[in-house]
Amino acid sequence: MAEYQNLFTQVQVVGPLEQGIPLDRPRDTAERIGKPIHLHILGRLGNAQIGPIYLGFLGVASALAFIIGFTAIGWNYLVQVNYSPIEFIRQLFWLSVDPPPPAYGLRIPPLNEGGWWLFSGFFITLSILLWWVRMYRRAVQLKMGTHVAWAFAAAIWLYLVLGFFRPVLMGSWGEAVPFGIFSHLDWTSAFSLRYGNLFYNPFHMLSIAFLYGSVLLFAMHGATILAVSRFGGEREIEQIVDRGTASERAALFWRWTMGFNATMESIHRWAWWFAVLTCVTGGIGILLTGTVVDNWYLWAVKHGVAPAYPAIWGPVVDPATLNPQMAQ
Amino acid sequence: MTTFLKSRSQRWLGLAAGIGASLVLMGCERLPVDVTQGGYRGTGMEQVVNPRTEAMKVAANQAPAALDPADEGGPKASQVYQNVQVLGDLSVAQFNRLMVAMTAWVAPEQGCAYCHNVQNFAEDSLYTKVVARRMTQMTQTVNDRWQAHVGQTGVTCYTCHRGKNLPEKRWFTEPEMQLAGRLLGNDASQNRAGVEAVANSSLPYDPYTPFLLDKSPIRVNGTTALPTGNRMSIKQTEWTYALMLHMSEGLGVNCTHCHNTRAFSSWEQSPPARVTAWYGIRMVRELNNEFIVGLTSIQPPNRLGVMGDISKVNCATCHQGVNKPLYGAQMLKAHPELSGPNALKDAMEIKAPPVPAAPSKTTGLEPSRVPAADMKQSAVILPTRVN
Repeated sequence: MAEYQNLFTQVQVVGPLEQGIPLDRPRDTAERIGKPIHLHILGRLGNAQIGPIYLGFLGVASALAFIIGFTAIGWNYLVQVNYSPIEFIRQLFWLSVDPPPPAYGLRIPPLNEGGWWLFSGFFITLSILLWWVRMYRRAVQLKMGTHVAWAFAAAIWLYLVLGFFRPVLMGSWGEAVPFGIFSHLDWTSAFSLRYGNLFYNPFHMLSIAFLYGSVLLFAMHGATILAVSRFGGEREIEQIVDRGTASERAALFWRWTMGFNATMESIHRWAWWFAVLTCVTGGIGILLTGTVVDNWYLWAVKHGVAPAYPAIWGPVVDPATLNPQMAQ
Repeated sequence: MTTFLKSRSQRWLGLAAGIGASLVLMGCERLPVDVTQGGYRGTGMEQVVNPRTEAMKVAANQAPAALDPADEGGPKASQVYQNVQVLGDLSVAQFNRLMVAMTAWVAPEQGCAYCHNVQNFAEDSLYTKVVARRMTQMTQTVNDRWQAHVGQTGVTCYTCHRGKNLPEKRWFTEPEMQLAGRLLGNDASQNRAGVEAVANSSLPYDPYTPFLLDKSPIRVNGTTALPTGNRMSIKQTEWTYALMLHMSEGLGVNCTHCHNTRAFSSWEQSPPARVTAWYGIRMVRELNNEFIVGLTSIQPPNRLGVMGDISKVNCATCHQGVNKPLYGAQMLKAHPELSGPNALKDAMEIKAPPVPAAPSKTTGLEPSRVPAADMKQSAVILPTRVN
């Protein structure tokens, strides 16, 4: 008999291939192509079924835009290493397509001075937005709610604040995030260094709280459902309206350990809001940085957030005030 | 384990995970490390030192034994020898003692002949002798005028040279990527793997030219909570960040050695070492511009970088990964002549070698070539508010 005691999926239910419900417009139904197949290895991680595939106009357009943006970045990487495939792999994490120097402001720079960043950014943004519309329309056509699309929109908000809204408000594309693995991490550090320590930004604090909260909720919920799956607890949606022993045990467990419990329904709202608010608050925090607040540490001192600590070293004076001739 | 990993494939998976984890951890140092609290409790003002790495550094940074003192009496070097421009006030014994020490410090293999024509020691025919004279003036200037940085410990030739003709840690200006005729692939003077200067980050790979040769602004933080006109960009911040990583690497210290990391720009909360470092940056800049760049034209081609520039000084040249070079060994005490009372005068009254000003290709780098473009921003669209 199958058991659910493990962290690894132990069970693969292989049933008849699922074609999906017919959609309102016969054209949409007809555009589903390919005979579905089962892949055992995928079944170890999730559902073993692949297909039927529906891409549609939005999907094709989004994929094309992504390929254009992605390969533009890739070609820039390749030229940076003089077409050496070995160097391409060795330096992959360091390579980057950077936004234009700030001197260009919001003008369109030459291609090789940040123009490629605008080019790639445009097509990748286009791809993301098209994919969002597609996601929304797929949900509507399947007569689902649009929760997933709106959660994705929260992530897109943060992405657009970083790469578009804030640079526009600052009047410089150069403020935006570069396209590279390490370069975007260095950008993040530099961003905090420039604006006086982002940890004093209250929206950054909120975003971290929601991020870590999301992780905590995910762990608690996942663990709870796995722990009661031997009683049918994985049938979460049924248990929302028809509470069974799994649901009751899980609820009692949390009341005993935490004093309070979510319900089979509310836990998913908790999770959704925590995830969405991570990006929403984070985006607000970034948008305010440099535009309305220049030094978050000083802001925090001004508003009584950052405490003062006893002096350890005695007075340390800025030497530039003593040696103005060497100030720079 | 047996119930946890049941099937053979799961055991393979476990093995693969183990190998993967080992690969990830390969870049890590072996624990434990020593952590020393430097600031007020709870503020994270700590220095992290790996005792195994530290032991190797201690072994590699030992000062050589001092020579026995020489007699002060007798005729002066300038009276006995010809063409003694800098150290003429020393007695002949003192002068010869210093020459012996310098040979051991800089050219132990080549001996006197590295700098001198052994047929005529007074002759300036070898460029190395002209350089050595200028470096002696430089050393005296450092010890005399830059005590804000070197304190009473000071420096000698050995602080940088360590028994080698050229100090191990030197730098050349990195050529900018040639963009002419290229439609794509601009690396923006950063994004290169394995750059030791910036701790292998993707930050600008030449943090020296703008700050240690030119005078590009280093400070990026605003001094008011709300925007009041500070237009330093994030890209400019990355240049400063790159310089700071060089200092951290060069001195083997964490950021917290000089900064209270909750407010990097705040002097009131900084450890005093930050003041020392501030003078250090200015000192290095002066040494490069006043003493080193001027020697470019007498260098043989193999001593020049790809830009045709002479190799220059940065923080690591003296420090070599150690907070206090040679762990603060008091070498200067045995060589007071290197902090000579007339050092300032010597340095100012140009006893400089008769060389023309360096060609423009070496010094004529646009004063703030890269950061300038990264600095300027057009006006903010949001109204700038007064704090």
